[in-house]
Parts: sequence; structure tokens; C-alpha cells
Amino acid sequence: MLKQLLSVLALVASSAALAAGGPAVHLDKAPIDLHDKESLQRGAKMFQNYCLGCHQMEYQRYSRTFRDLGIPDEVGMKELAFTANKVGDYIKNAAPKADLAKWFGAPPPDLTNVARVRGPDWLYTYLRSFYADPTRPFGVNNDVFPLVGMPHVLQELQGVPYKKHETRLVDGVSQEVYVGIVTDGSGELSTEEYDRAVADLVNYLEYTGEPSKLESHSLGIKVMIFLLIFFVLAFLLKKEYWKDVH
Amino acid sequence: MFKNFMNWIEYRMPFMEKMNLHVMQYPAPKNFNFWYFFGSLAMLVLVNQILTGIWLTMNFEPSAERAFASVEYIMRDVDYGWLLRYMHSTGASAFFVVVYLHMLRGMMYGSYQKPRELLWIFGMLIFLVLMAEAFMGYLLPWGQMSFWGAQVIISIFGVIPGIGDDLTLWIRGDYVISGATLNRFFALHVIALPLVLVILVFLHIIALHEVGSNNPDGIDVKRPNDGTKIDNNVSDKFTFHEYFTKGGKKIIVDAIPFHPYYTVKDIVGVVGFLLVFCAVIFFAPEGGGFFLEPPNFEPANPMKTPDHIAPVWYFTPFYAILRAVPDQLFGAIFMFLAIIFLALLPWLDRCPVRSVRYRSTFHKWNLVNFCVSFVVLGVLGVLPATPTYTLIAQIASFTYFAFFGLLWLYSKNEKTKPLPVRLS
Repeated sequence: MLKQLLSVLALVASSAALAAGGPAVHLDKAPIDLHDKESLQRGAKMFQNYCLGCHQMEYQRYSRTFRDLGIPDEVGMKELAFTANKVGDYIKNAAPKADLAKWFGAPPPDLTNVARVRGPDWLYTYLRSFYADPTRPFGVNNDVFPLVGMPHVLQELQGVPYKKHETRLVDGVSQEVYVGIVTDGSGELSTEEYDRAVADLVNYLEYTGEPSKLESHSLGIKVMIFLLIFFVLAFLLKKEYWKDVH
Repeated sequence: MFKNFMNWIEYRMPFMEKMNLHVMQYPAPKNFNFWYFFGSLAMLVLVNQILTGIWLTMNFEPSAERAFASVEYIMRDVDYGWLLRYMHSTGASAFFVVVYLHMLRGMMYGSYQKPRELLWIFGMLIFLVLMAEAFMGYLLPWGQMSFWGAQVIISIFGVIPGIGDDLTLWIRGDYVISGATLNRFFALHVIALPLVLVILVFLHIIALHEVGSNNPDGIDVKRPNDGTKIDNNVSDKFTFHEYFTKGGKKIIVDAIPFHPYYTVKDIVGVVGFLLVFCAVIFFAPEGGGFFLEPPNFEPANPMKTPDHIAPVWYFTPFYAILRAVPDQLFGAIFMFLAIIFLALLPWLDRCPVRSVRYRSTFHKWNLVNFCVSFVVLGVLGVLPATPTYTLIAQIASFTYFAFFGLLWLYSKNEKTKPLPVRLS
């Protein structure tokens, strides 16, 4: 038991050291807006087209997505829910789970809550940080998630991304300098369009992580206004009563 | 009609008599300040936890297979399920915030001193049960942090020589944390511990009303009545229960009836608290990752250790002490001592003066030392244990315990200021 505790603590310590000393990747701020229904709809479509093949949203129902995104059920079932029978179904795929784990080294995680686990900025940066790396099984690696098992499924949109180096003068010596990830232009989208598309997808993932968020905010404002008024009344009541004491 | 009904009740059960004794004719010192809100707030949060807990139980499924999914079901498919869950999860953290401040109030004004030792002990028992309650509740959502946090905390019991292994096995009900652990934690979390908690709170209040509330000046409001007239005594305006005046043998000075004066005042405190509480619930339910930790949105996976395991923030001061000691067994011993010493305060503090207002400068600084040590340990318990942080944690653990040792030493012959005769 002592050994078990020691190993747990050692794990904590070593992973903490990694967390503290590991390479800190700069995360771009995700330009998302939960009020933008069109962006959410585009994001939902992207999810269905590019993610659902391997990943699922096993806690989110189609009906909830349709309702919150302003998509009529019939339209949604026809345009988005290819694999579902009923509108109340969870957003799941029919992929063989055991095989997926074998193919990619690990089972593809459920994405319902991924934005709450990783944060939208992480997702936005991650999906824009793939680069060609012939040493990897799927030919791509990722700056945000090194040695990731996931292939670059958005490659047909982005084109083949690679790390660009330029010869520059550094302190009077000409050197090869890494300038960033660029694409070979073979994708369907320009860089700006690709960033926009990724933002739509991340917006949708942010929504599915907490579908109640907008409702929470609007209800919260009413509650706060009520409490502020109540606070004034409660304070005046107290003052009135305490005249007896002072 | 109503009067007849009340008389009918009164004849069979002394309802108004008890209400008068504990509420309408209970003498409360007139000078309660900000720090005196937290007792009633703790009660409010307890009620919040019990009510939201009942409704969460209606849809939660306590099994390893369904726990995580049923929480997500509550968040998405149950009407206002998200609100109930956030009220409950934020309530857990709020409970510790108000309880810690309530305890600090007791330490500042010497509320644990004679004759309130038993009251303090009941309070410490409430604190212990609350920690067990929170710990078991945190396993129920069956997220990554639920699982691994419980793994670390249960393994602490394994360091006890001889019985450690058997003890952890007994707690888990399995060789690893599993559905069996989840089920028993659920049973304890929703029935056993809340019952104990409610009974302890009842005893805490009975004990309080027997000895009376302390106050920021730390002097008594119930004094022997020697017949001399006391000028400007606000208490003359009110009727107090004869239980407190002992048929004229005691005189009540500078105290007012709890109701309506402190009930209306506590409403202000409650609304002020709710403003902060609701701001978190509606606009930041994760509490910056401290109330709901990001890895806990992933289902428990025994095969995958999270990058950094830390207990929830309210355990971290004690967790930091555990980690600061190089030896596992002594780490656990010191962690428990950190709580035991708090419980022993009534006997460690030998000063006859209660309130920090009239105690020595040294005592004031020692109290500051305690607060700083506690907060530093709390912050370090969240952070990964690097050599530097461990060293700081060792220093802070030392100063934490030094508070109690020093208090015992200087309080016997402490240079105190003269006590006021009347409440300020």
C-alpha cells in the first residue's frame, strides 16, 4: 500500500514537473460567439462531416442541438443526422470502437465536453497546428498536442500544412529560422476561411459542452437585478428596526 | 380561532415557549459585526445542499456505468437540472468559504474559550463531517478528478502501520476504486453524513444558546444582578426569557432579542451572500477551475492518470502539510494533527481575555501568522510539488503549528489591555 501511495505521489510529482517545465505553447484566442446561430449551424455541419466518423457526442441529443441552434427537426434530420433514426437520439456513430482504438493507438475521446476539458482556445489552436511530419503514422504531427494519434482530417479544407523555414540574418549570420505553419495551397479554403471554419466548429463544441450557458446568463441577469433590489429593501428594513437599538 | 389553535398546540407541546427561548426572547449582544454573518450563512448553505441534493438524487444513478452519464443527463435533459447541479457544486465550495470564515471569527474573538469549549468541539465535529461529506460527494460525478482525487486521499489511510492495507480495502469495498466504492459513498453522502451533520448543527445551537453568544468585545452580557442600576442599557427596553435572567438573579446588559433585530440583519447578510453566490452559479460555475475542475468533465478512466492531481481547494491546506513531510506516515499524522490542534484551542489558549481587541500585539501577529500560513498552504496544495514549493510548504507547515505552540506559551502570562465594562 505504501508502495502504491508512493507511486501515486511520484506520478503526481513527475507529471507536475512536466506540467511546470514542459513547453508552453502559445494559444490563440478562439473568435467564437455563442449568440451567432449561423456559426453554430456551420460548426454542427462540420462536426457531422468531419468528426462524427470517429468521435461521438454520447451525451448530446440531436433534438437539443436542433432546438438550441434554431434548426427545424425535419431539416436537421435530413441535412445533419445521417446515422440517426430518431430526433431524440444521441449524436453517435456506428464505428467499431475496438478497431478505432487499434488504428489510432487510443480510442477517440467523446467530444460532448471537450471544450470544457481543454478550453476553446486550446481547440482552436490545436486544429490549426497540424503540420506534415513523415515520421508519424498518418504523416502529420501537431504543435499543441505532440505525437497526437489523430490524422489531419481537415486537410482537404486547409491543404497540406508544413513548417516553413526561411534563411534570415540573425546577429550577422545567416540562419534557417522557423517562421510558422503554412499550407501548400491545395486546400478548398484560404487561410482566413479555414480559421473561420475552425472557429465555427469550436463554437459548436463550446456550445455542446454547456448547452445551458446562454439560458444561464439571461436568467442570471434577472436574478442579480432581483437580488440588488432585495438588498436595498433588506437594508432599509434592518435600518428601520435598528432605530430601537441605536 | 388562530389563538385557540395555538393554545391547543401549546398545551400539548411548548412551541411558543421554545420559540421565545431560542428566538424572540434570546439575548444576543448588540455589537455583532460582519464576521457574525457566517453562522447563519452556513445554515443557509446547508439547507441549499440538502434541497438541491434531494432533487439531484431523483435523476442521478449511482453506478460506475451510469454516474457520469446521468450527471450529463441532469445537465442537458432535466429541466433546470444544470441550475440544481451548479447550486449544489457551488454550494459545496461556498460551505467551506463560510465555515472557514466562521471559524476564523471564533479564533479572533476567543469564542472557543470557557464556557464555550463544548460549542467549539461540536463545531470541529461539524467541520470533520463536512470534509467527509464533501470528499464522498466529489466522487459521485465519476469524472477523472473524482476518481484520482479519491485514489490519492484513500491511499493516505494506507500508511497506517499494520492495518493500513486492510483499512483502505474496507473503505473502498474493492481492491481499486470501483462501482462498489461509488455506491457506498453515495449512501453515506446522501443519508448517513447529512443526518449526522443536521444532528451536530442542532447540538451546536443548543450548546450556543446555553452559554450564550460571544461578541467582538469578548465580555459577558449576562451578569450577576447586584441591584445597581445600569445606565443606558438597551436591554431594559426588551423582555428576555426568564431562563436567561434566572428570575432576576442575572441582569442582561447591552443585548437585544435575536428576533427581530438579528433576523432582519441576517437577511441583509443572506442577500449579500446570494449576490456573490448567484454570480458564480450563473456566470462562472466552474469557479475558475477550482469549484468544477476541467478534468472532471472527462469520465473516470483508471488507465489514464491526469497530468496533475490535486484535491479540491478546500482540502489543499491540509494536503500541503501531508506532502511537506518527507515521511508518508508522519505526513499523515501531521495532517490530522493540524485539525486536532484546532479542536484543542480552548485548552491551548490559557489567556482569560477572549477578544483579539484587548489582547497583546504578539497575539495579533500570531493570528496573522496563522492566517498567512493557512492561505499559503492552501495555494501550495493546488500547485505541483517542486523542490522550492515543498520547501515553502515545510516552512508554512512549521509556522502553522508554531501558532499553537506559541499561543500555549505566551497566553498564560499575556500582557492584555483592560477590558471595557460595556459593549462598544
